[in-house]
Amino acid sequence: MSGPVAGEPILSVRNLYGRIAGQQVVEDVSFDVPATGVTALLGRNGVGKTSTIKSILGLIDRTGEVRLAGERIDRMPTHRIVQRGVAYVPEDREVFGSLTVAENLRLAERDRSPRRELVASLFPDLEARREQRAGTLSGGQQQMVSLARALVNENRLLLVDEPTKGLAPRIVDEVADALAEAARTAPILLVEQNLLVVRRLAERVVVLSSGRVVFTGSAEELLDDHDRVQRFLGVHDEREAA
Amino acid sequence: MDTLILLVVTGLGLGALYFLVASGLSLIYGLMGVLNFAHGAFLTIAAFLGWEAGRRISDGTWTGLAISALVGILVGATVAVLTEVLIIRRLYERHIEQALVTVGISLAAVALFEGIWGTDPIYTDRPAWLTQTTDLLGARIPNDRFLLIACAVLVLGGIVLFLKRTRYGLIIRAGVENRHMVTALGIDVRRSFTLVFAIGGAAAGLGGVLASVYYGYVSAHLGSVLLIFAFIVTVIGGLGSLTGAAIASVLVAVLQQFANFYLGGTGDLVVVVLLAAVLLIRPRGLMGKAA
Repeated sequence: MSGPVAGEPILSVRNLYGRIAGQQVVEDVSFDVPATGVTALLGRNGVGKTSTIKSILGLIDRTGEVRLAGERIDRMPTHRIVQRGVAYVPEDREVFGSLTVAENLRLAERDRSPRRELVASLFPDLEARREQRAGTLSGGQQQMVSLARALVNENRLLLVDEPTKGLAPRIVDEVADALAEAARTAPILLVEQNLLVVRRLAERVVVLSSGRVVFTGSAEELLDDHDRVQRFLGVHDEREAA
Repeated sequence: MDTLILLVVTGLGLGALYFLVASGLSLIYGLMGVLNFAHGAFLTIAAFLGWEAGRRISDGTWTGLAISALVGILVGATVAVLTEVLIIRRLYERHIEQALVTVGISLAAVALFEGIWGTDPIYTDRPAWLTQTTDLLGARIPNDRFLLIACAVLVLGGIVLFLKRTRYGLIIRAGVENRHMVTALGIDVRRSFTLVFAIGGAAAGLGGVLASVYYGYVSAHLGSVLLIFAFIVTVIGGLGSLTGAAIASVLVAVLQQFANFYLGGTGDLVVVVLLAAVLLIRPRGLMGKAA
């Protein structure tokens, strides 16, 4: 896998439109994801964050230009985009409940040398539950499986959608730890409502409103500006959104 | 007691036939969401070509039957793959068009088979042992029922092993649960669509040859008749569940035999009542996943 040219974004999105059942859910979205670190995609509920991620992956009908390290991927089917090194951690985990933990991970292995040791070190709890059906795991454990499926391969980009949604605070910390570790291996585009997690992980933010980008900049710049946080995200401070 | 045993074993034999057709239907619907009304045509063409091959080489012998079965399996798988690649693949996610096209194929196929082999059933020769009976606790069981049951058990075991032990099996099991997520893991799930059609077609092909053994004839309507019950079995078992299809096949066929014997030939009616009851009480079937 070739990396991006120095300074070039790993992901470049231009004039992206997405539709679900004929309805426009992403409208003329343009932004870049740098080749290192975590970029958070923020916005109020229902503004099109998940749909933007799905549009990038081709999981919903889309038009526009999407480049991965300079290569156009917007006309590729989803599996080819993923094979190019884009891993996806979906909202609501979407683990295969009837398969065991081990089977979920084996299914996700694309590389000749999957990073099983890394996964085992990040998620030791899963090692003990390898033969357990994923559908019987707790929400936090399912999120670990979902993250592990992405991290078992060497990636050029991780698309992570609301990984802490509905999780207990202790599990949120564990997930954030795992994401911080993952960010050392590949850049991450992170959809996240929990602003404490955003402040901890993200260097850069892209804010959507009504399917359009309304702000791009550093995470600190946005999160320190309470007026903007209130206006763009509908919350007064980070603790309220946690 | 002997009547009970006869009805149960005969029901198991008929259930074996239903399962051979329903297993493919269930897997195809589970993975691709395709209600394949052309599945009966796979069975019928396999029965005809299997019979043609068997009778030319060694009519009425075990060798002839083995050749029929082999040809039936190959024909069923080939026709199913061609149907998927040439027609169904263009219609994924377009359920109304899928239903219309596969119903059209099934109707056209019956007309084609009648044009080639005529409208009357063609009676077939079988190995002598299959025309005899075996005494089981006082019940005289037709021997062909044992063959049907053994074949269905082998097919069920084979499919289960394939699903549990191979990577494609893993992909199919995951795809039945969440096809889009399989794609999002970088897997071209369409390849497994073709494979599932091949497996379903092969099972239906074997079912076609065994149906000609069970009924003693081949006819252009062989597939249509079995398809109706296979659909009922698939719905009762739970769309997409192989285990459900196996359990429902036995349940439906045994119930049908008992009703035919004790309730004056009302087997088909009882099966339809059972279908209605399942749809009302448990719409996802015995083993189907919740909507």
